[in-house]
Amino acid sequence: MLTARRLGKRYGEKRVLRGIDLVVPRGGFLVVTGPNGSGKTTLLRICAGLAQPTEGTIERGAERAQVGYLAHEPLVYRELTALENLELYGRLYRVPERRERIGMVLERFGLWEARHDRVGSYSRGMTQRLALCRVLLHEPELLVLDEPYSALDEAGAELLDAQLAELRGDCTFVLSTHDPARVDPLASGRLALAA
Amino acid sequence: MSYVRDVGALTRKDLLLELRARDTLPAMLLFVAAVFVVFHFALPGTPSRLETSGLLWVAILFTALLGLGRAFVPEREQQTFDGLVLAPCDRSAIWLAKSLATLAFLVAAEVVALPLYALFFHRVGGATVAAVLLADLGICGVGTLLGAMAVATRARDLLLPLLFLPLAMPIVVGAVGASVVDSPGRYLGFLALYDLLFAVVCWASFEYVVAE
Amino acid sequence: MLVTTALVLVFFVAPNDASDLGFAQRIFYFHVSIAFAAYACFAGGAWNALRHLWKRDPRADLESYVCVHQGLIFGTLVLLTGSIWAKIAWGRWWIWSEDELVLFLVLYLFYCAYFMLRFSVDPGPQRANLSAVYALFGVVLIPVSFAAIRLAKAYFHPEVFTLHGPNFGGWILVTYCVAQAAMLVLAYTLYRLELGAKLLDLRLRRLREVLV
Repeated sequence: MLTARRLGKRYGEKRVLRGIDLVVPRGGFLVVTGPNGSGKTTLLRICAGLAQPTEGTIERGAERAQVGYLAHEPLVYRELTALENLELYGRLYRVPERRERIGMVLERFGLWEARHDRVGSYSRGMTQRLALCRVLLHEPELLVLDEPYSALDEAGAELLDAQLAELRGDCTFVLSTHDPARVDPLASGRLALAA
Repeated sequence: MSYVRDVGALTRKDLLLELRARDTLPAMLLFVAAVFVVFHFALPGTPSRLETSGLLWVAILFTALLGLGRAFVPEREQQTFDGLVLAPCDRSAIWLAKSLATLAFLVAAEVVALPLYALFFHRVGGATVAAVLLADLGICGVGTLLGAMAVATRARDLLLPLLFLPLAMPIVVGAVGASVVDSPGRYLGFLALYDLLFAVVCWASFEYVVAE
Repeated sequence: MLVTTALVLVFFVAPNDASDLGFAQRIFYFHVSIAFAAYACFAGGAWNALRHLWKRDPRADLESYVCVHQGLIFGTLVLLTGSIWAKIAWGRWWIWSEDELVLFLVLYLFYCAYFMLRFSVDPGPQRANLSAVYALFGVVLIPVSFAAIRLAKAYFHPEVFTLHGPNFGGWILVTYCVAQAAMLVLAYTLYRLELGAKLLDLRLRRLREVLV
């Protein structure tokens, strides 16, 4: 699903990544760890197709429409309601039976009651749950999750645990985390980036 | 067809954002009215139609700049560019939708500004209205692309007028020409040509502005 | 060598203008040929920008930047020589009716904004993309602005190829061609020099990085 060879990335004179080799087979689950500033986010952005490597090659077995990327930022509009945000992304991703699908993911992450509230009034944990809804809305084949647990409360984290376990096998995962023990049972591969 | 639907969804989002935040359009309206008042005191005596129509265009240009500077603020502050860029739609749809939303605000501001201008200074002719509409297309198309550039820089709001004004010079020539001469056909044609030319360039190059 | 030949030709061989401008009109040879060299630089910048967007070659970005930089240097010279010419011919340092001078003022502002843009973004693919898109806007702006200026103003500057009619030919043509060739060669040499220095600098930094 994802094959990278001698991957490197530099921003001008600053080198962020160098010589990364990775292979994630279809249905694989790669856990990326490393201290802050080791290039985890850059690597994940390259995996998601948001950034291009400056050295080496990457092959992605998924179209842009089949990638789900969870960033540090929730990538939703604070002035819009949860429903409006998901409506927008649902339209852009051409999700079939949009209404039902949106209702389903909102229900799954416990946001159905708050669907008409503006995201600006949400707590951090709720916003992160909405971000997860956005990522899973179009049923992506490749899920790139950048520290998905960082902003979640314990209840949200458990919901995510259950969701990951359910999708394990059907989807391919690249996940970065500070707490590798949490996803250890799911992992099929590990990559530790040095600072 | 799906391109049109993408643009529709994105435009709807931009209009909805303004409806909720309500900070761009009122600012543009107040600004243009205040500029007219300043012009009155900046022009001693009774200024001719020629002079005031030049000022009308300065007012429109700077009001547009105000709106364009705000255009990508939601995307910047909430860093949603990545979300839009990752979506499978054509990236130029983001530009087109944002241009349409900005155009709506600018036209709304002018619906107030032109009667106000007629009230304060001189009558507004049909050719001027046509020029306003054609110029608006160019201003919003080019300005939106440059706005997306400016939000990616450190200087941000400072940079947009610097990037925009040299490119807006031909618009001013066409628009002022159409407002003051007797047969404005040539100038309106020039504005239309400008719109077409730069729309194609913006449409083709927006992808590179937002994606690596 | 070519530059020296051009200087000799311009100052000693080319016949004086039939008008009363006399010796001083010789600056015009430089003015026009420098302007053409500047256009060539801007065009080269846009061409390399296009190459960068097409091939994603970071070297093309650097080449585009160096081209625009040289263009700006030559553009400054155009404004200076144009201003001197205006002083000699009309007794004023600035003449709005001289199309090419006005065009270069607009282009000068445009390309200064290019530098502001470039220095306001961190080095990397985004900076390269934004610079490339803006440089492409530049070559679209040149003809559009030129048309705009002609539309805006009456055209009464002595055009080299028409007003000099009877005088034109022989040594004037030869002198002009040599001056033009000299300026193009000079521009190209400076371009190679700056590019070479920049590439060397880049290689040194990489080397230092490897050593550390």
